[in-house]
Amino acid sequence: MLQIKSLRKSFDGFQAVKDANLSVNQGEVVAVIGPNGAGKTTLFNLVSGQLRPDAGSVLFKGEDIRGLSPYQLCRKGMSRSFQIVKIFSRMSVFENVQTAVISRMGKTSNFFTPAGGIAVKETERILEAMGLSGKRDRICGLLSHGDQKVLEMAISLGSDPQLLILDEPTAGMSSEETATTIDLMKRLSGEMGLTILFCEHDVELVFSFSDRIMVMQQGSTIIQGTPDQVRNDPQVKKAYLGGHD
Amino acid sequence: MIFGIFGKKSLPLVVLFLVGLIFMPYVAPRFYIYLVSAMLVTGLLATSLNLVLGYGGMYQFHHAVFYGVGAYTTALMLTKTSLPTWVAFVSAPLVAAFFGLVIGLICARLSSLHFGMLQISLGSLLWVIVYRWYDFTGGDDGIHGISMPAVISGTTPAYYFILAITALCLLLMFIVIKSPFGRILQALRDNPERCAAIGVNVIRHRILALVVAALFAGVAGSLFVTLEGSVFPDLLFWTLSLEILIMCLLGGWFTFFGPMLGACLIISLRTFAGNYTEYLTLILGLMMMLTIFFLPKGVLGFVNDLFRTRFPGQSLEESSHAPDKISTKII
Repeated sequence: MLQIKSLRKSFDGFQAVKDANLSVNQGEVVAVIGPNGAGKTTLFNLVSGQLRPDAGSVLFKGEDIRGLSPYQLCRKGMSRSFQIVKIFSRMSVFENVQTAVISRMGKTSNFFTPAGGIAVKETERILEAMGLSGKRDRICGLLSHGDQKVLEMAISLGSDPQLLILDEPTAGMSSEETATTIDLMKRLSGEMGLTILFCEHDVELVFSFSDRIMVMQQGSTIIQGTPDQVRNDPQVKKAYLGGHD
Repeated sequence: MIFGIFGKKSLPLVVLFLVGLIFMPYVAPRFYIYLVSAMLVTGLLATSLNLVLGYGGMYQFHHAVFYGVGAYTTALMLTKTSLPTWVAFVSAPLVAAFFGLVIGLICARLSSLHFGMLQISLGSLLWVIVYRWYDFTGGDDGIHGISMPAVISGTTPAYYFILAITALCLLLMFIVIKSPFGRILQALRDNPERCAAIGVNVIRHRILALVVAALFAGVAGSLFVTLEGSVFPDLLFWTLSLEILIMCLLGGWFTFFGPMLGACLIISLRTFAGNYTEYLTLILGLMMMLTIFFLPKGVLGFVNDLFRTRFPGQSLEESSHAPDKISTKII
């Protein structure tokens, strides 16, 4: 579904991503791990159109997507969440998700139908699936950080994506919230058949449920493989796991 | 459907107010009829600004340009052509919307402050053209003594015409704000990046919003000609833009009727305080400072909050606007 080859990006001479390679197949859960500053977020920004790569190729469903804007990529079936939550803070939880659904339905230039009545069922279904039904009328700027992160995933689902990209979905969450989020991600991949690409600091968590893992260091891909392959790779042990398993 | 769109609590108030306005000419002296007409026209202009300012989060610093363009279009068509009057009125918003499109195409790519600054420059350019082009626009003299058809000439008929058109425009703007277009506009204000990530073409949507706002400003411009029978370059000078910006902030830029209230307050102040002092701008400046310090959400925003704390679960205006703890900054 997603193929990245020798991707490169530098900022003012600093090479944030030097040689990133990654492949994500339909239905897989793929994790990107690496120490702080390894270039994970930059890689995600290159994939989802926030940044333009200097060199290399990014294929999504076989199509070269370099230079496409985030909104065009969303329409092609790619949806993402951000490391620092980006939600519509003055709107209610329900309206946040509904707005994404309205956009997906291509009704953004509709001037005369009241928005409140559009896609109510679908929005409620997403809120139900994400466990947000009880908070549907809360103004989301006032939600807890964990709930905001979950809401951001719910907004992404409103775009009905094939590929869901999550940038540190559990960052800043309590251990309980983390468990719930992981559970949600498992269900998204298992029940809804979503392809998920995510990056994460918590190595335990990554090994517990990813199909494949890509390890980055200083902007380059060290290895991509199954959790077992990665765990036993000498280079990874040295670079990231600190030499002991 | 239309009535369902208005907030349930505010509907009776709006109706009562409208009935009062309809019967006002029977009881009030002519001066007050004129004054209320002026408030309606300026209020309509301020509300159209708030469409992009309060709801869209765009720094629309020079909105008066579109008002001036609307006014001049009507005036020029009435004086220089022999086309029917309605053509002059219909083309005002269309020409203003066209200018909105051109300025939007140039500015919409820029972010916040740069957007505002470039808009001021472009607007001032247009002002200079109007100010200097004596053969066409009458230069700094403007155009005076524009005659209106009998149906809408004279204080009271003009008042009813202005009242009807303003009410219609407000209703239309309310519908637009509650529509999917308006929802996305508010989403853009809250988080443009998230908007792009859910598949919204941010620049296109901003340009569209500018065009819509310019269209309604153009209507206000043509109503000004109905009321005054004249146009002059001050209509598109930047000080007027600043004044309507203050109206939005004072009345409450996160509420629908706030700008209208702001317009009423400032025009009353100008009319009555103007009798006693020449330093009106000083008073305006002081008011602005006090508003920012003590009523950051404006008068109507304050009233809304008060109402909400007294009667939890109900609100005067059905809107999704800022609760207490969220910053009232635009961006």
